[in-house]
Amino acid sequence: MSGDNVLQQALIWLNDPLNWQGPHGVPALTVEHLGMSGAAVLLAAAVALPVGVWQGHRKRGGTLVVFASNTSRALPTLALLFIFATTGLGFGNKPTVVAAALFAIPPILSHAFTGVREVDPAVRDAAGGMGMSSGRVLRAVELPLAVPLVAAGLRTAAVQVVATIPLAALVGGGGLGTIIVTGFATQQYGQVVAGGFIVAVVCLAVEGVLALVQRAVTPAPLRVAAAVGR
Amino acid sequence: MGAPNPWFSWSYVQANRADIVEAFTQHVGLTVEAVLIATIVSLPLALIAFRHPRWSGLVIGTSGVLYTIPSLALFAVLYPVLRDRRTTVLVGLVVYALLVLVRNILVGLRGVDPAVTDAARGLGQSPRRILFTVQLPNAVPAIVVGLRLATVSTVALVTIGVVVGYGGLGQLMYRGFTSLYRAEIVTATVLTLAIAFVADLLLWLGGRLATPWARGRR
Repeated sequence: MSGDNVLQQALIWLNDPLNWQGPHGVPALTVEHLGMSGAAVLLAAAVALPVGVWQGHRKRGGTLVVFASNTSRALPTLALLFIFATTGLGFGNKPTVVAAALFAIPPILSHAFTGVREVDPAVRDAAGGMGMSSGRVLRAVELPLAVPLVAAGLRTAAVQVVATIPLAALVGGGGLGTIIVTGFATQQYGQVVAGGFIVAVVCLAVEGVLALVQRAVTPAPLRVAAAVGR
Repeated sequence: MGAPNPWFSWSYVQANRADIVEAFTQHVGLTVEAVLIATIVSLPLALIAFRHPRWSGLVIGTSGVLYTIPSLALFAVLYPVLRDRRTTVLVGLVVYALLVLVRNILVGLRGVDPAVTDAARGLGQSPRRILFTVQLPNAVPAIVVGLRLATVSTVALVTIGVVVGYGGLGQLMYRGFTSLYRAEIVTATVLTLAIAFVADLLLWLGGRLATPWARGRR
C-alpha cells in the first residue's frame, strides 16, 4: 500500500457521512473529548490554583513547584494510566481524566506561583503602607497583577490536557483517540490518518480559542507582560 | 486484587531479564539517537532564525503549531506513510525534541548580554566570528537547559511508541497492562524514570564542564 493510497482512504473516511453521526461519530467523540478535558482542567485548577497562589503569596515552596514540574516531565502518562488500571480507578475515561489532571497541575501551579511571587515588591509595599492587611494585599493587589500568568498557565495546561486525553483510548476509554486506536487495531490506516488529523485540528482550535480568551481576560495594560509570560 | 499482584517482584525481574534488557536498550537507543539528530538539525535552524529575524517568526510559529499536535496523532499520521515502526517513533521523537531545542537555543542566543557583543565588535571581530566565539559559547547554559528538557521529555515520549508496537519500556508497561500485572508496569516505569534522571544528571554535569566560567555564579 503506498502513501497516496492511505491519504486517499483518509479522505474517503473523512467524507463518509456515517463517521459523522451517532454515538461514535466525530461530533459525539469531540464533545466527549472536550468534556473530559474540561473536567481534568477543573480538577487540576481546584488543586493547583489555591496552593500556587498561597505559596506565591508567602514566597515559599519554590522547591515543591520545581519538583512537581520535573517529575511530571519524566513520568510517562501511559505508565500512570496503566498503573491506575490495576487499582480501584480501573479503566476508561475516569482514570484518564485523573491522570490528565495530575499532569496539568505543574503548569498551573508554577504559573500561579510565579505570577503572585513576581509582583513588584514596591507595589506590595505601597499596598502595605496604605494599611492593607496581608489578605487584602493578596486579593486586591497580587491576584489582579498575577492574572496574565495564571491565565497562561491554565491555557498551557488545557492544551496539554486536550493532547493527553486521546491516550484514554489505549485503556478502553472514549474521546477522539478511539478513532486512531481502532484504526490501528483493525489495520485501517486511512482511518488512523484521519483520526490523527482530527485530533491535531481540535488541539490547534483549542489553542487558538484559548489564546483569544487569555487576551480577553488580561487587563489591557498587562497585555505585553502576558505575551512574554507565555 | 491482593497478595498475588505485588507492586514489585524480584523473581519477575530475574525471569524476564532478557526482555527487560531488550526494552531498556531500545528505549535508550531511541532517546540518544533522537536527541542527537535533533541537536544536529536544530543548531543550524536556530542560527538561521537568529541571524535573519524575518525567519525567526516563521520558525517559532511553525514549531509552536507542531508542538501542539499530540504524539499519538503524529505517530498515527507518520506510520501509514513511513511503514516502519522504528523510523516512525524516531521521526516523531526528533520532531518534538527539535521544537524544544530550537526555541531554547534561540532564547539563549538572544539573551547574550549586548555589552559583550559590543565589546567583541569593538575589537574588530566579524559578525560570523562574534557568533561562533562570543554568542554561541555564552548561550551554552541556555542550550544545556534545552537539551535537558528535550531529553527528559523524549524519554517519557518513547512510551507512546506502543501504538505502533515500538515503545521501548512502554512495551513492557503495555504487556503488564494487558495482563494487569503490576510488577511489570512498575518495573518499566521505575526504569524509565531512572533513564530520565541519569540522562538529566549527565547533561547537567556536561553543561558544567562546558562552562567553567559560569560555575562561580550559581
